[in-house]
Amino acid sequence: MAQQTMTVHLKVWRQSGSDSQGRFEQYTAEDLNPHMSFLEMLDVVNEDLIHAGEDPIAFDSDCREGICGTCGFVINGQAHGSERGTTVCQLHMRSFNDGDTIVIEPWRARSFPVIKDLVVDRDAFDRIISAGGYVSVGTGPKPDANSIKIGKDVSDKAFDSAACIGCGACVAACPNASASLFTGAKITQLALLPQGKPERTRRVQRMVHQMEDEGFGNCSNIGECEAVCPKEISIDNIAKMKREYLRAMLSDT
Amino acid sequence: MIPLKRALSSPVGRKFVMSISGIALVLFVIVHLLGNLTLYVPDGGETFNRYAAGFDAIGPALYVIELGLLAVIVIHIGWGITTALKNRKARPDDYAVSVNSKGGPSNLSLASKNMIVTGVALGIFLVVHIWHFRIRKIYVADNTEIDGQQHADLYALVHTAFSDPFWVAFYVGAMVFFGFHLRHGFWSTLQSLGAMKPEWSKGIYALGFLVAVVLTVGFMGIPLYIYFLA
Ligand code: HEM
Ligand code: FES
Repeated sequence: MAQQTMTVHLKVWRQSGSDSQGRFEQYTAEDLNPHMSFLEMLDVVNEDLIHAGEDPIAFDSDCREGICGTCGFVINGQAHGSERGTTVCQLHMRSFNDGDTIVIEPWRARSFPVIKDLVVDRDAFDRIISAGGYVSVGTGPKPDANSIKIGKDVSDKAFDSAACIGCGACVAACPNASASLFTGAKITQLALLPQGKPERTRRVQRMVHQMEDEGFGNCSNIGECEAVCPKEISIDNIAKMKREYLRAMLSDT
Repeated sequence: MIPLKRALSSPVGRKFVMSISGIALVLFVIVHLLGNLTLYVPDGGETFNRYAAGFDAIGPALYVIELGLLAVIVIHIGWGITTALKNRKARPDDYAVSVNSKGGPSNLSLASKNMIVTGVALGIFLVVHIWHFRIRKIYVADNTEIDGQQHADLYALVHTAFSDPFWVAFYVGAMVFFGFHLRHGFWSTLQSLGAMKPEWSKGIYALGFLVAVVLTVGFMGIPLYIYFLA
């Protein structure tokens, strides 16, 4: 039996550089295997563009396994496309219908400037992490393994927060372009663990203030971030960030 | 320790301000409705006027309370507007296809997306409402005798206003905005404070709907009741 193929019409945001004016370009992708991933579909489109001597569509990707957080753009108004708990590299063409028109846009936020086409600069996230999303470790002899006991429930919770891959979908989907879910997840992860506790007071202030200085918006508790997060990180992490901040406001140091 | 000024303008601290002022406003609004339920008593306004006259007994302290309330409103509006402006600036170039909710845990809705719109509408309503019944109580209302003492006939003021279809429509319309504001605000205020657990979240969001409906219907019924039945 012949393999069923599909055709989709794309409207893709093209922008040659950060300072240039962007616009939508239309492409038609034909003879697609429904089991190819969305990025593989774009690879096919790009092959054709390259053969035709045109500039291929720039987009980020690395692992293509949904674990690295490099990929991501907005498909028909949904970060990473329509499926929940999925990165765009793990989205398959079978989630679309033959003949669909698909609008593809980069993450849009002041703090994520477009570099080219669908590629945005997410250094702002790195700067939020550098501001406090770490545990300082002194040099010297290594501590005994298991010398710090952590309950399974606590480690599970911290792990849920640590699952963040930093893709930026939370910012992209938030009507306020807030980075609260990203920042809250790291603050929560480290605040739960004994290794993170000594620095928790200064960590939360520095990270929250860095998030503000980067120009991200303020959380209105809408929760679309959780709905688009490929790791389904809960906005409970944002509530925890608020408690940590309140604690820091009241602390002596 | 975080310098207070920095804290209260930070993304987290500014929502503490919104939240605490929001809770104060909700508490006020509940008390306000409880008092106004006397308008539903079909006795030509005697119960209501008696209740309203009770405020005169508070004396000058009433002004302190009123100024406090005004301050809460001004703070809520001030922080609400600056927050909304910052949020707008955070996405200067908007999407061609606007955010299309993935559902699930999301609370993206007409109510949650438009807090600033419903808020500004409420602000305009408040100016009219305070002029309408608070300022005009001083300058326009006639007097009535309650237990041998002269008090403003607030009921007559209310009754005249709500005999006019324009004012009935205005108040009913304003309460729609109020309902939408509370629908998201009730839950949001607790989440903003960090006073939320994932297990409670759905229940409190549902409770927010109930609170919004009960308060909205309670207030909205007053002009309708007076226009059609009193
Ligand atoms: C009867 C009057 C009002 C009540 C009972 C009320 C109540 C509330 C509550 C409970 C919240 C949730 C707080 C939070 O999310 O932390 C809220 C949020 C908000 N209110 Fe009001 N409010 C009132 C009037 C106003 C007015 C006049 C404005 C005018 C600007 C306003 C603007 C806002 C905004 C913008 C938010 C959302 C903040 C955000 O989530 O980013 N509100 N309000
Ligand atoms: S490319 Fe690594 S998560 Fe998609």
